[in-house]
Amino acid sequence: MTTTTLAAPKEQSCQTLLASGHTACTGCGEALAAKLVLGAAGPNIIVTDATGCLEVFTTRFPQSSWEVPFIHSLFENSAAVASGVEVALKALGRQNEAKVIAQGGDGGTADIGLQALSGMLERGHDILYVCYDNEAYMNTGVQRSGLTPFDCMTTTSPCGELSWGNKHNKKDMPSIAAAHGIPYVATASVAFPKDIENKVKKALSITGPKYMQIHSPCPLGWRSNPQLTIKVAKLAVQTGLYPVFEMENGKVTKVRKITTPKTPVEEYLKIQGRFAHLFKSPKGKEEIQKIQEIADRNIEKYGLA
Amino acid sequence: MRLDLGAIAKAGTSKANQTGGWRNFKPIFHQKKCNSCDLCRIYCPEGCVTMIEKKKYTVDYAYCKGCGICAEECSSSDIEMVVEEK
Ligand SMILES: Cc1ncc(C[n+]2csc(CCOP(=O)(O)OP(=O)(O)O)c2C)c(N)n1
Ligand code: SF4
Ligand code: SF4
Ligand SMILES: [Mg+2]
Repeated sequence: MTTTTLAAPKEQSCQTLLASGHTACTGCGEALAAKLVLGAAGPNIIVTDATGCLEVFTTRFPQSSWEVPFIHSLFENSAAVASGVEVALKALGRQNEAKVIAQGGDGGTADIGLQALSGMLERGHDILYVCYDNEAYMNTGVQRSGLTPFDCMTTTSPCGELSWGNKHNKKDMPSIAAAHGIPYVATASVAFPKDIENKVKKALSITGPKYMQIHSPCPLGWRSNPQLTIKVAKLAVQTGLYPVFEMENGKVTKVRKITTPKTPVEEYLKIQGRFAHLFKSPKGKEEIQKIQEIADRNIEKYGLA
Repeated sequence: MRLDLGAIAKAGTSKANQTGGWRNFKPIFHQKKCNSCDLCRIYCPEGCVTMIEKKKYTVDYAYCKGCGICAEECSSSDIEMVVEEK
């Protein structure tokens, strides 16, 4: 039997493990997040990815942007495929050669892939699962997901006379992951690359299942200026709408403090077309107040101030 | 029945795809006030900014899509977006 080496070639033909020439939209936060995750993880990894923008814009067949072994699963089973890779490495006695990273979008993680992810967490596989959270099903044209925020306009949660957009609150996916009794859960934002690097490295140093969720602005779906991708991401954190924290063995052990006085949520909402309807009528003020209350609850719950 | 499972693509081959053609605005790195904060390189979604030496950066225009993130985030306002002339 011939064995192929699992590690990427020593002589990298690239400066990043996610090669240029991918077809993500201009200013895509998800492309940046994936580049940062791979950069932190290094070449000795095997990655899986669910169907979604990241998979589509990196694998325009016969091309690939991945400089590490990569498997595209289906939309719903990135975690299950990664579980198979992990046990196969163990069966071959080659688990020291590569770490396994499973990836998916927010839809592929919190909705359709939740069952596969839950199984992966429950069975205790030694895998880091990364959810690139752009808060909707972007690849199919901006449909709402379980991680779409409250009052956000998407094509399946339109705004109009009878609707302010998405009626539901963002699903608390980090807590759902933590409830499986796993050792490490973290949220992060593309605005803070060093934090992503530290968290990926820390996660990969821990044996067992790990869950990481990275807030990744999508200029197309959020109707935001591509140039402002980092600004938008930073404001989500500074307003308290996207708390950045670590949970170890079920307990919050570290949070990124926000600068005080807190930034009002309007600052974040007004630069994104997906919330523009909230600024068009006087009644929208009441809705913005509800969003402010969500941020305030986060600030209180995670001790962000 | 013969079933071919999946399709295989070679690593990093997307570099054949020169996305620089998408650009409407072009970042000009003046290299006058650069303090090597490295943010342009770190934040570029295309991975097309390289540090040659301290305070000296280069952009691979074959791939730069002109998003303007580097110019927006540059800590010394040393990068300017100009209209791309084609
Ligand atoms: C079983 C199945 N249902 C639907 C689809 C169509 N589909 C492909 S990608 C996608 C949305 C992906 O959304 P998300 O996981 O949030 O990733 P994003 O594109 O936003 O990065 C959908 C619905 C599919 N490929 N498979
Ligand atoms: S639709 Fe959004 S997530 Fe998808 S490639 Fe474009 S910017 Fe990125
Ligand atoms: S404009 Fe965008 S794509 Fe071009 S170098 Fe700057 S960050 Fe990279
Ligand atoms: Mg999504």
